[in-house]
Amino acid sequence: MMILMDDTATGGRSAGSFQGKPRPGDRVFAGTALGAGILILVILAAVTAFLLIQGVPGMLADPADAPTTLGQSASFWHYVGPLAFGTVWASLLALLFAVPLSIGIALFISHYAPRKLAALLGYVIDLLAAVPSVVYGLWGITVFAPAVVPIYTWLNAHLGWIPLFAGTVSVTGRTILTAAMVLAVMVLPIITAICREVFLQTPRLHEEAALALGATRWEMIRMAVLPFARPGIISGAMLGLGRALGETMAVAMVLSASGIVTFQLLTAANPSTIPANIALKFGEAGYGLNVNVLIGTGLVLFVVTFAVNALARWIVNRRKDFSGAN
Amino acid sequence: MTTVATTKTTLSSLTGGELPRWTPWAVLAAAQALGLVVLGTANLAGAIVSGVVLYLVTIAALSGVVEGRRKATDRLVTSLVVAAFVIATVPLVSVTWTALSLGLRRFDAVFFTHSMAGVVGEGGGALHAIIGTLLITLAATVISVPIGLMTSIYLVEYGRGPLARVITFFVDVMTGIPSIVAGLFAYALFSMMFGPGHRSGISGAVALSVLMIPVVVRSSEEMLRIVPNELREAAYALGVPKWLTIVKVVLPTCIAGIMTGVVLAIARVIGETAPLLLTAGYIANMNYNLFADRMTTLPLFVFTTYRNSGGTDVTDLDRAWAGSLVLILIVLALNLAARLIARYFAPKTGR
Repeated sequence: MMILMDDTATGGRSAGSFQGKPRPGDRVFAGTALGAGILILVILAAVTAFLLIQGVPGMLADPADAPTTLGQSASFWHYVGPLAFGTVWASLLALLFAVPLSIGIALFISHYAPRKLAALLGYVIDLLAAVPSVVYGLWGITVFAPAVVPIYTWLNAHLGWIPLFAGTVSVTGRTILTAAMVLAVMVLPIITAICREVFLQTPRLHEEAALALGATRWEMIRMAVLPFARPGIISGAMLGLGRALGETMAVAMVLSASGIVTFQLLTAANPSTIPANIALKFGEAGYGLNVNVLIGTGLVLFVVTFAVNALARWIVNRRKDFSGAN
Repeated sequence: MTTVATTKTTLSSLTGGELPRWTPWAVLAAAQALGLVVLGTANLAGAIVSGVVLYLVTIAALSGVVEGRRKATDRLVTSLVVAAFVIATVPLVSVTWTALSLGLRRFDAVFFTHSMAGVVGEGGGALHAIIGTLLITLAATVISVPIGLMTSIYLVEYGRGPLARVITFFVDVMTGIPSIVAGLFAYALFSMMFGPGHRSGISGAVALSVLMIPVVVRSSEEMLRIVPNELREAAYALGVPKWLTIVKVVLPTCIAGIMTGVVLAIARVIGETAPLLLTAGYIANMNYNLFADRMTTLPLFVFTTYRNSGGTDVTDLDRAWAGSLVLILIVLALNLAARLIARYFAPKTGR
């Protein structure tokens, strides 16, 4: 019984000692399953290996040998620097919009909406995730970007003294702020899904205790739900960040990029992002070192997203261990 | 109505410091009306937004005066939370509306029966892209599902100790691989095997598999774990070998959940653009062969036709939106199918 108790998944471990003769079917099946698991490790190793083999020559390339991509950059690192800045900057801006909105939406679904509607409303948010990124790109450039130009003009006229809103306003609206807002829409569903999950896991007794002490609904949420859910919110935000860092098409289509480093949000000259840059330059790069440079930037992106995702998972797992609630 | 009225009169001392139930709605209506009157219907979005802001200020002030600061904060937060949800639906409605209104212009028979081969100006369709999408996604599914399913079986039924932990960790890592990196991997792999600049449908399928496998593993693993242990133990007690227990008892119990997961995974990768841009490429002609030549997919069709339009050419823009509409409909249909499978063949948990 003790053996079965700690063996939560199957209870199959104890069977081994009772098994009489080995069965060939078992061997084959277990071997196939193990093989599939190992294959996943092999695939990941292959992803890393091929990116390294093809990317490292690009990282070490002399600019004269890769004129299409490196162009005027002094070295690979001068080339990837502004792109990395643009990637991180756009993703952080996106998070700035997406996280508060997601928390609000998740709270609405978990604690405010009528119980019967909650599942349906959750489905509506999931639909946001179902729209392909190329459609968001198309929508962003044809509908959203023109629609925000008046707002940008207003911001520039009235708040132009803030460096973020300074400069000449882009007439097309295809700025990094627009791209960040489209990105925010795309990462909303994943952050919302995780926040909703942890909000729903809040111990019922904590909530009821707060309400019984006379707390209003908001006070109950502030004292019982949010402290409980904080690690979940953080990891949700990190996963959203990982998604935003790697998002390609929407940025590639919406952003009118010029590969510079600037914090100005509303101008026509914007920093590009690594994935968007790969997608837009890949065709003209042909093959040879130009492509290797692009693959090198992809390797940088891979490392960054890997770090962000690993940190997020670590936070989630740590929470599992130390959570006092059940 | 009468019960509400009597409750009010009898409990008036208790509800004295409270705003009537209808107050928020009345304030909202008044604020919106004021916004519309001041800014006019020409700037509808601006009027609605300023109406909402006005509502937030008014309800907080009103509640603060009548009910006190704590209640006022509560009402303000309630309004903000609802507003967050409404804001999130705006892009959804806008995307749907645009895709429908612009996409329906070219949503005709020609669009579904012709490729773009030799098309200049009007006409042409996305048949090549639809076929390409189906073939590449099918190939990706054929690669991903066995690997993903067997891995999840390993993790749930066999996996113990460090190897299982390592695999679980790396499946998580794989979930976070950016789609463009998967594309670069497939490009690097195939160009090293078949020479630089290689483009084919199968390399696109490999790229999609990298994205699809972890999704399949995750969802199948979750489904396998909810199969009750009693079923497995009953099978073992009857002397059924472990592999037959898995194939004949465990899998049939949760097959609906696994299918749901697979369909959702397909829905996730079918809209991927970036990896296919690098691997399968774009071609205007039909191509039924996964292993040779470029192969167009719907997302690529949308992207390329938009690029060709230069943002202004209406013929190309209409094609792009029609392609988007088809893509959205496919994804929606897949999501719906997943829901239906999950509902009608729900996992039998024995309870």
